[in-house]
Amino acid sequence: MIRIAQLSCGAEYSGIQRELERAAEIVGAKMISPEVSLEDVMDVEKRFGVSVPSGDLNLIMARATRLVQNPELADAVFIATCFRCAEGAIIRGEVRRYIHEHSRLPVLSYSFTERTTAETLLTRMEALVTTARMRGLLARERQTGLTAGIDSGSTTTKAVIMRDNQIIGTGWVPTTEVIKSAEEAFQQALQESGVKREEIQGIGVTGYGRFLVGKHFDAKLVQEEITVNSKGAVFLANAQKGPATVIDIGGMDNKAISVQDGVPGSFTMGGICAGASGRFLELTARRLGVNITDLGKLALKGSYKNVPMNSYCIVFGTQSLVNSLSKGARPEDVAMAACHSVAEQVFEQQLQEVEVKQPVIMVGGTSLIEGLPRAMEDLLGIDVIVPNHAQYIGAVGAALLVSGMLEV
Amino acid sequence: MVKVIVYPPTSMILADLVDRMGHTPLVMANEIRNKIDTPSLESPPLNITPEDPKKGLKYAAVDVPSGVRGRMSLIGPMIDEAEAAIIVEDNNCLVGCTGCARTNELTRLLIKIKGIPFIELKYPRDDGEARRFVHEIRTFLEGLK
Repeated sequence: MIRIAQLSCGAEYSGIQRELERAAEIVGAKMISPEVSLEDVMDVEKRFGVSVPSGDLNLIMARATRLVQNPELADAVFIATCFRCAEGAIIRGEVRRYIHEHSRLPVLSYSFTERTTAETLLTRMEALVTTARMRGLLARERQTGLTAGIDSGSTTTKAVIMRDNQIIGTGWVPTTEVIKSAEEAFQQALQESGVKREEIQGIGVTGYGRFLVGKHFDAKLVQEEITVNSKGAVFLANAQKGPATVIDIGGMDNKAISVQDGVPGSFTMGGICAGASGRFLELTARRLGVNITDLGKLALKGSYKNVPMNSYCIVFGTQSLVNSLSKGARPEDVAMAACHSVAEQVFEQQLQEVEVKQPVIMVGGTSLIEGLPRAMEDLLGIDVIVPNHAQYIGAVGAALLVSGMLEV
Repeated sequence: MVKVIVYPPTSMILADLVDRMGHTPLVMANEIRNKIDTPSLESPPLNITPEDPKKGLKYAAVDVPSGVRGRMSLIGPMIDEAEAAIIVEDNNCLVGCTGCARTNELTRLLIKIKGIPFIELKYPRDDGEARRFVHEIRTFLEGLK
């Protein structure tokens, strides 16, 4: 049983405590609260240099200190405070950083509302548990044998066939019916690789449709996308040793993952609205009358400074888009403004919560929209790597990890 | 007998003092006990449900954190019911005040603007202060009709 230390403020009174415990239970974990003394609570200012009036936040810091002193108390840490609480957000970030710097415990931080459900937390908890439980498998650096990976994403379904550390076939289709799309992508990959289905030694699946697809293909590995994408990203970017930051702006939500030696340390998953996702770029391309694959090239010719745009919400973003075009803005400026707006939101909301360490690797289909990594480079002030096959990151990670299971 | 809200509302020491003086203390422990004893709810250990922050909307708008609204769904009705109040400033967690500082601010404000008699004291730091503290509260409670 994996023990997840819960460092939270407000969870009980938001009515979501049961949801937290249910999510943990589903992924085979248990929430625990490290015990602290009164002195530990009174002492936090000395250790953290911050004093906050909220008692529960002081308790979070005291518990974090106890965990760093006795890391055997838990296998992973879940830090949570109320969404919209500024004080909570500050302490959440500080505690995450403190644990990250002083221990090897994987950390997940989250801000909740009363509508948070176990289902919302599931992928995150699953990743936390996997990181704690399967460090050995995640440390795998080479793909061996003949394996396949299928990434059933919210927008697109990707498949790869790998043999002896090489990608030999790929498939990429829009997600419609989950299983049908997975079959199509898999067939494409098989065809390209010239391999017969029955020759495949193991299939790994990830993405939103992973449970359904995993059952259909009798997959040996059914894994959430945080760990799989981290692995795929550092594999393709040849950054398996040392720190890395993986940014995956998806069709439905975004992931920012701080990785050490190929293993996710802390990560955030979310985004306030579809305005910060690939969905907004898709909408922009449609409105500009260009193919999504051409949006990036168009964006590189423009400047975001010429078009005010804030896609904090997809509706506001669309309003900005329509208003700008009606005032005669150039399509290339609009395209770059859309990319910049999405990157800015990921930068403001998610990259503040993970340790951004170089190299920064951008993955997923959106990383191929050239304007997006460029906008991220501008915001971070550092180079961003978009590896070859970046759009197949989940499928590659799944094919790589499942090859490790063949030897077990 | 007067219903007296105690601030911080988790203070069992002050609740006991109010009780000894023949009044009814309004404190969180009683509200929580009601939650736990109420059958058919199933969200241990507090039986606070995601519905409670919605009830808290009466006291704090939707842009206030859910933890505050959840707490206010319990504290708010106590303030509504209160006929007098004891407010202790600068308390430490020994008084049982762990929780959200924003809820504490709102609670103090709502008590003060309600227009009920209240006494406001500093948390005692030594024996002499503690004696004066109890004496002042006692005098206040004796004066309540």
